[in-house]
Amino acid sequence: MGEMSWSGRQYATVPAATRAMRDPGATGRFGTYGGRYVPESLIPACHEIEAAFREAWSDPEFRSRLDTLLTVYAGRPTPLTPAWRLSHELGITLFLKREDLAHTGSHKINNVIGQALLAHRMGKERLLAETGAGQHGVATATAAALLGLKATVFMGERDIERQELNVLRMNVLGAEVVPVTTGSRTLKDACNEAMRHWVSSVDDSYYCIGSVMGPHPYPWMVREFQRVIGEEARAQCAAELPVGVPDYVVACVGGGSNAAGTFAGFVDTTARLIGVEAEGGAAATFGRAGVLHGFRSLVLQDEDGQVTEAHSVAAGLDYPGIGPEHAHLRDGGRARYETVNDGEVLQALLCLARTEGILAALESSHAVAWVIRAARSGEIAPGSTVMLTLSGRGDKDIASIKELL
Amino acid sequence: MTESLEEFLIARRGTGRPLLVPYVTAGVTPGWTDVVHAYADAGADAVELGFPFSDPMLDGVTIQEASDRAIAAGTTVRKILEEVATLDVDVPLIAMTYSNLVVQQSTAEFCAALTASGLRGLIVPDSPLEEVGELADAAAAEGLDLVLLAAPSSSRARLREITERSRGFVYALTHMGTTGERGEIPEQAARLGRELKGLTDRPVLFGFGVSHPAQAAELAGHADGVVVASALMRKLLDGARPRELGEYVASIRRALDQGAR
Ligand SMILES: Cc1ncc(COP(=O)(O)O)c(C=O)c1O
Repeated sequence: MGEMSWSGRQYATVPAATRAMRDPGATGRFGTYGGRYVPESLIPACHEIEAAFREAWSDPEFRSRLDTLLTVYAGRPTPLTPAWRLSHELGITLFLKREDLAHTGSHKINNVIGQALLAHRMGKERLLAETGAGQHGVATATAAALLGLKATVFMGERDIERQELNVLRMNVLGAEVVPVTTGSRTLKDACNEAMRHWVSSVDDSYYCIGSVMGPHPYPWMVREFQRVIGEEARAQCAAELPVGVPDYVVACVGGGSNAAGTFAGFVDTTARLIGVEAEGGAAATFGRAGVLHGFRSLVLQDEDGQVTEAHSVAAGLDYPGIGPEHAHLRDGGRARYETVNDGEVLQALLCLARTEGILAALESSHAVAWVIRAARSGEIAPGSTVMLTLSGRGDKDIASIKELL
Repeated sequence: MTESLEEFLIARRGTGRPLLVPYVTAGVTPGWTDVVHAYADAGADAVELGFPFSDPMLDGVTIQEASDRAIAAGTTVRKILEEVATLDVDVPLIAMTYSNLVVQQSTAEFCAALTASGLRGLIVPDSPLEEVGELADAAAAEGLDLVLLAAPSSSRARLREITERSRGFVYALTHMGTTGERGEIPEQAARLGRELKGLTDRPVLFGFGVSHPAQAAELAGHADGVVVASALMRKLLDGARPRELGEYVASIRRALDQGAR
């Protein structure tokens, strides 16, 4: 491989041998994690999607269609914004990768446009999706409208209550939102229900998974579709920073898609990679190896193997697992995973809003909260440069924020 | 009883009898072991015991509800195995659960614990050919028959591999979907049954959506028998006693035996 182009910019890619976040091959394994733990009924669909993705991903025409849509429709590249006042306050140099400025208000659109194009190419008529915060649901509804597909979105009843704005957006966009009333009535249960529905409609429906999770090829494919965040940020850092590479690269982690896409651009550099989870949903910190939703990874579970419910102010981080590649990066020490609590997150959200005039999503505010804490404690040395992926905007969270204040 | 699940089922089939395997979620009620006895007395050829998991991806609302109830009542693998060890039934018992419970310690320890309590088969629906290697080895080492699923969507090459690697019987899914009662049996079930029967001498049992006696008899005509789960669990959740569940199993038994004549 020589040159690669995203949105028209040219820069050299790194040699394959130094790339840690690679193609996991036919078995979809990241070390011991990943795999394809789904019923036999779904295996043919997984094979079909993997083959279609491999073919599309090496097809210049597919890539250029995706590039074009990301540029003229989704608004890429997103800017890298210096957080001037907050940097000054913290004694560091902080840059924000502005996924909140992408169409529909979060990074989820990058993945969804990719998968929707793939589904369309495969001749599928309907997109199925699970959603927590509703951002992935809105992105799916949006891409479906764009490509003339139908969309059915599964959403926990509890999330429907706390993310009302996004439910309305999905309705306006013509998607069907199916309330999930089982279990904790959040993201985990929405995933179960989406999988069950997928089994019975696999002929004409495509399951558009919203994060780096699920059976192979999803964790890999979603990371590749989100890679654009990291590659853009890498090029932008190279242009902005005297040394070209930040000291820290930070992103919040629910399933881990914005973090995986971000890390993919920096994994072969000296940057320290930090994923920030909600304290109440911190599978990388408190989880044990297990199998959930079709893949082996770190999972929050009790001593008998029953999966426990995650609890976070951020619906998008209320997930008891973590993408398999993150578990692998953690074990290998290439990335580190930290936790912040709800109180810190709210403070961080307010702090960023008032110092920079940016209202971030509660999910993204987790990354901000860790940077604030680590800079104040000196864990991030004064003068360090930090590149933080701001995964989404906070409009959807206004009602929750009002309640918390 | 020293024979394997598969040997037992083949011997039963040899008498000209369609095979009947009813299901109960372990721990769903305090008296769930009475249900197992009632099934055995009503003419079951084996009994499938669901080990409840919090996130049963391949189960419809009925078995989800039964699983939630069992977990809420404090059911654990260890407690189930203790109760299973006290059971006195003359047909083989088969555990059905999801991968996460199987991998808690090692797959070898899990399989060893099952056989130590007298179980003779294991079904793990989210462990397809791709992931089953280690578990299949562990089960074989313990003399536990690991039953694999075959689906209407499986290619012929996959069906061949499934019939070769499955032990005990081959679990043929009647339809693309989750467990749960259904009105009709789709045409694809008959096709899958014929195809599997052409590939293997191992018993082939249909499962998923087998709800009433006539349906069971019809399906058994395309294979060697049926697994009945949600229909029984629906009755149990609605308050049916073990005796009534036994009577329902007996009615299916009669329909199967009449159909076979
Ligand atoms: C704005 C935002 N950030 C982050 C996430 C978490 O997802 P992931 O970890 O896959 O990036 C979500 C999920 O809903 C989200 O809406």
